[in-house]
Amino acid sequence: MLDTIISYVSAAIIQAIPLLYGATGEIITEKSGNLNLGIPGIMYMGGISGVVGAYLYEHFCAEPNTVLLVLIPLLSALLGSALLSLIYSFLTVTLKANQNVTGLALTTFGVGIGNFFGGSIVGLLGESGSVQLPATAAVYKTTFPFMKHFGDLANTGFLLYLAIIIAIAALIFLNKTKTGLNLRAVGEAPATADAAGINVDRYKYLSTCIGGAIAGLGGLYFVMDYTGGSWTNNGFGDRGWLAIAIVIFALWKPSMAILSSFVFGALYIACVKLPGLSGSDKELIKMLPYIVTIVVLIITSARKKRENQPPESLGLSYFREER
Amino acid sequence: MSNQIKASHEPLIHVTKRDAMVWWKSWLIRIIAVIAAMMVGTAFTWILTGVSPIEIVKTMFEGSFGTERKIWIFLKDSAMLLGISLAVTPAFKMRFWNTGAEGQVLIGALASVTCMFYLGDKLSNVVTLLIMLAASIVAGAIWAGVAGFFKAKWNTNETLFTLMMNYVAMQLVAFCIMKWVPSGSMVLSPLNSTTQTGWLPSVFGQKYLLNIAIVLVITVIMFVYLKFSKHGYEISVVGESENTARYIGINVKKVILRTVIISGALCGIMGWLYVAGLDHSIETGTVGGNGFTAIMVSWLAKFHPLFMVVASLLICFLQIGSGALASNPSLKLNSSLGDIITGIIILFIIGSEFFIRYKVNFRKKHKEEANKNA
Amino acid sequence: MKKIAIELKNITKRFGAVTANRDVCLTVYNGEILSLLGENGSGKTTLMNMIAGIYYPDEGSIFINGNEAIISSPKDSFKYGIGMIHQHFKLVNVFSATENIILGLDDGSSFDLEKSAKKVKEIADKYGFDIDPAKKIYEMSVSEKQTVEIIKDLYRGADILILDEPTAVLTPQESDKLFAVLRRMRDDGKAIIIITHKLHEVLSLSDRVSVLRKGEYIGTVNTAETNESELTEMMVGEKTALNIYRGEPKNSELRLSVKNISCKSREGVKLLDNVSFEAMSGEILGIAGIAGSGQRELLEAIAGLQSLDSGEITYYTPETNMEENLRDKTPMQIRELGVRLSFVPEDRLGMGLVGNMDIIDNMMLRSYSKGKGVFLQRKEPKDLAEKIIEQLKVVTPNANTPVRRLSGGNVQKVLVGREIAAAPTVLMAAYPVRGLDINASYAIYDLLNQQKESGVAVIFVGEDLDVLIELCDRIVVIGGGQITGTVDARCATKEEIGLLMTKSNGGAKE
Repeated sequence: MLDTIISYVSAAIIQAIPLLYGATGEIITEKSGNLNLGIPGIMYMGGISGVVGAYLYEHFCAEPNTVLLVLIPLLSALLGSALLSLIYSFLTVTLKANQNVTGLALTTFGVGIGNFFGGSIVGLLGESGSVQLPATAAVYKTTFPFMKHFGDLANTGFLLYLAIIIAIAALIFLNKTKTGLNLRAVGEAPATADAAGINVDRYKYLSTCIGGAIAGLGGLYFVMDYTGGSWTNNGFGDRGWLAIAIVIFALWKPSMAILSSFVFGALYIACVKLPGLSGSDKELIKMLPYIVTIVVLIITSARKKRENQPPESLGLSYFREER
Repeated sequence: MSNQIKASHEPLIHVTKRDAMVWWKSWLIRIIAVIAAMMVGTAFTWILTGVSPIEIVKTMFEGSFGTERKIWIFLKDSAMLLGISLAVTPAFKMRFWNTGAEGQVLIGALASVTCMFYLGDKLSNVVTLLIMLAASIVAGAIWAGVAGFFKAKWNTNETLFTLMMNYVAMQLVAFCIMKWVPSGSMVLSPLNSTTQTGWLPSVFGQKYLLNIAIVLVITVIMFVYLKFSKHGYEISVVGESENTARYIGINVKKVILRTVIISGALCGIMGWLYVAGLDHSIETGTVGGNGFTAIMVSWLAKFHPLFMVVASLLICFLQIGSGALASNPSLKLNSSLGDIITGIIILFIIGSEFFIRYKVNFRKKHKEEANKNA
Repeated sequence: MKKIAIELKNITKRFGAVTANRDVCLTVYNGEILSLLGENGSGKTTLMNMIAGIYYPDEGSIFINGNEAIISSPKDSFKYGIGMIHQHFKLVNVFSATENIILGLDDGSSFDLEKSAKKVKEIADKYGFDIDPAKKIYEMSVSEKQTVEIIKDLYRGADILILDEPTAVLTPQESDKLFAVLRRMRDDGKAIIIITHKLHEVLSLSDRVSVLRKGEYIGTVNTAETNESELTEMMVGEKTALNIYRGEPKNSELRLSVKNISCKSREGVKLLDNVSFEAMSGEILGIAGIAGSGQRELLEAIAGLQSLDSGEITYYTPETNMEENLRDKTPMQIRELGVRLSFVPEDRLGMGLVGNMDIIDNMMLRSYSKGKGVFLQRKEPKDLAEKIIEQLKVVTPNANTPVRRLSGGNVQKVLVGREIAAAPTVLMAAYPVRGLDINASYAIYDLLNQQKESGVAVIFVGEDLDVLIELCDRIVVIGGGQITGTVDARCATKEEIGLLMTKSNGGAKE
């Protein structure tokens, strides 16, 4: 019985990690008033950047160094996803484009880049076969020895803990620092923030890029740790969209995001972990996270509590000289 | 000297809103954006593969227009994309961000397939087709209508709602296939392939012609509906300002619900076309992302049905063209190249809108300033 | 000789084809209150926004304490010790007073809300403000919000304070309190600019007055050496008769009766509290009150846009005198009853018109559903649009121009023209001259008077008490969602109405 619970809970946790990265990143982004629907694409971008970085390193370096095995994919992922977020920021902040359409186009673009390089990198370097990153994956899956009692957590590496640390850091940042206060003001009332001398554009750029980079780590976790250093086209699936849904579920609070991600992870894995399901039943169970999201959407919209509302200017671009 | 320092504090670029731009200028900007994006896309492929840009463009053109069959496929694909773009447009014009076209089309297709699966060839072809059509319309309308209902009632966020409905639809399709295909192969072979009951007939020997014709008829109807009907006017008013709509006595909730249902029903019709006109079967990927691409087509065309024809031809050309690039065995690329190039083009066009709406003023020369101050 | 705090030289600012400020020069000294006087649309706010870093001037220069200053953002403006209190408060609703005050502040201190709250309290005590630092903005009254705005600037050590129409939203009593605080600041050596178009405030508060007209600088006079008529002349250019024509009501009969209506906001705050009044045909009924006292809800309730908790609204059909109950009817149902009710809402482009649609399509708003069939008839609206453009002298390239591109006065003409074209028996107008220049305002008064003469019951919600007293026949005063009195406009005084405006029996909405 205990084993079953540990097995389920640990499986739910490892499902929750990419969702938590995505949700934390999107919360920080949305606090600036940017509704970044490009997060799914950005997470793919984070994943593939890590893969490309690691592949090139493993490919060209005969004796890879452990620290670099961690750092190179990590920095590549941060850089790649921040770069894509930068495109989003440029279009929506500087060029004041529609956030919905920009986000969707970015998702198409990011998923395209992910699948393209994931499928082609080996071929482009003149080799055959698919991407395999055993050395990197081994480092990323390293954990404390005592974790071996905790099911799937036994081979889940530091990215699990980093996800929680980042979510808590985001919580402190948003509520206990001046910069966090300023950022929230930008998302609530950009004209007010502007009048108070806050550089609205810079805040939007930075929070979107940092948020995107955090979300990108979700993609990195998926390819390096979850799938053990390989790439499957569309393997990351719809997790990016679920991350956006979790932001609503969590009412824009990073602390709630930790909990919500776990709940969604548990629902996501339910079709595998629940005993005695037929093949077709499993397909029905897979609907659960989506249906729960819909129900949460409906409930929060029906309750309309002041403190549970999205940042007031979410989805709108800001132009100071608007008359 | 002090002047120099102060001048550097003065904003270098100063953006102001434009009043209006002559229509040809705004289209010129968009065309320049498309050409620039093509150049970036081509350069991207060139750097990766070393194939010359001319070769790349040639391959892309051959992929879409190389043979008569390719042209038909190109037209068919464009028509399907156009149809779905038209379907999402009324809702979009009302600022209802329906990201669920993928699921609404898919559920429409599932309804048609279900009819075919259970009716078999018991009824005549025409009756079967009509039953399938009705089922698809109802299914699509419900799938969109649920989100519309909650939007109207509690202003529930429709973007995420409809998005989630996509995945529910996909799982439902997966569930049905699991039920229907005992082998567990997840592949449903074309239904009624001997009697062709529930299949749209070939016209003039062309399998795709009827599909294309139906979509063109929908285009015209949608154009007239949005531009000349009372409903179309109500949609514009609600989209522009809900307060104004309330003020003049439009029942906003009713219009939202009605429009979303029409939007969903049209998606249902497109699902019916996928089944009756093309696949005669279903898989989770039947719509193939067109539901999302359609959003961008509709937006690029400024919600104007006739411009949508152009936009969907362009996007389809890119997708098929880059698909042809990718399938070229010597290049060792994969088909996602199409997504990348489509993404680049759309991002460029999105960016170009800025230059239509705003004017960029650069800082005047220092000398001029100095003279004025003196 | 006092020290010059701020000096503007030859400032010009254009918005597209419109020149908001042309060649404006202005000087303000430390330790004085300068009134910046001008009609609506004369460019006062634009000029001040350039000092506050919201806009950047196209031409000209700004000197602060004798040195040329480049103010390209609000941040720069703080650096120069300038603080501006905008007409629309720039506060974050979900933040507390303290959070709003320290927002964007970069003074190197650590983030400590309690310490900041203490400092806020100190400033408040020094100048005599009343404030609760922990209170959230959305729970505050307008005057509390204004206090937060002023303290925000003082907290940052502002020496030059600009207030944009600070009394527009205040009761006379609150205004007096504010003036006392401003005088204390002046004595403290601060330079204060107050934007206003209320002459009596100018005379009672300021040391000097600078006047703008149509974006141009007209001149500056010492308050002690001037009077109302001189200032008016500077402001409007020529000596215009301030008199608004008012005819005697003819054949007055009861047209609309509102009885004991009440309604609450979603948060449970009373918006309308037991409101009753009657509107007669052939008269203009004024509604006076501080902004946000329930005027909007009242008109919207009559127009069928605000649901009520209790009370009745009855319409008496001309001639037949048949009674129609209007409560809880939608605008469409009211129209179907044959009640010809026209409504010029406060929010012209957000409610009365659709900014992105052209004049013809905006005409259609009222008539599109007429006639059988599913298609629109564009002929009639087109004729109407052209008629209104011609008769009301709407300045527009053509009838196909989106109304968003018209000037404020022309937008209002289009809206009022459409509402009058519906041949109403009741015409409600909320702040119909807000933001309009004198000529456009008078054009609107004339239109209302014509309607009155033809037997329409006109309900006019206004903010300028002088206008209300001159234009209306009777004035109903509303305060905190309650009717606090009804006066005969022909013998009422401003002071009397001002007192009624503030006489609410508690339960005022925020």
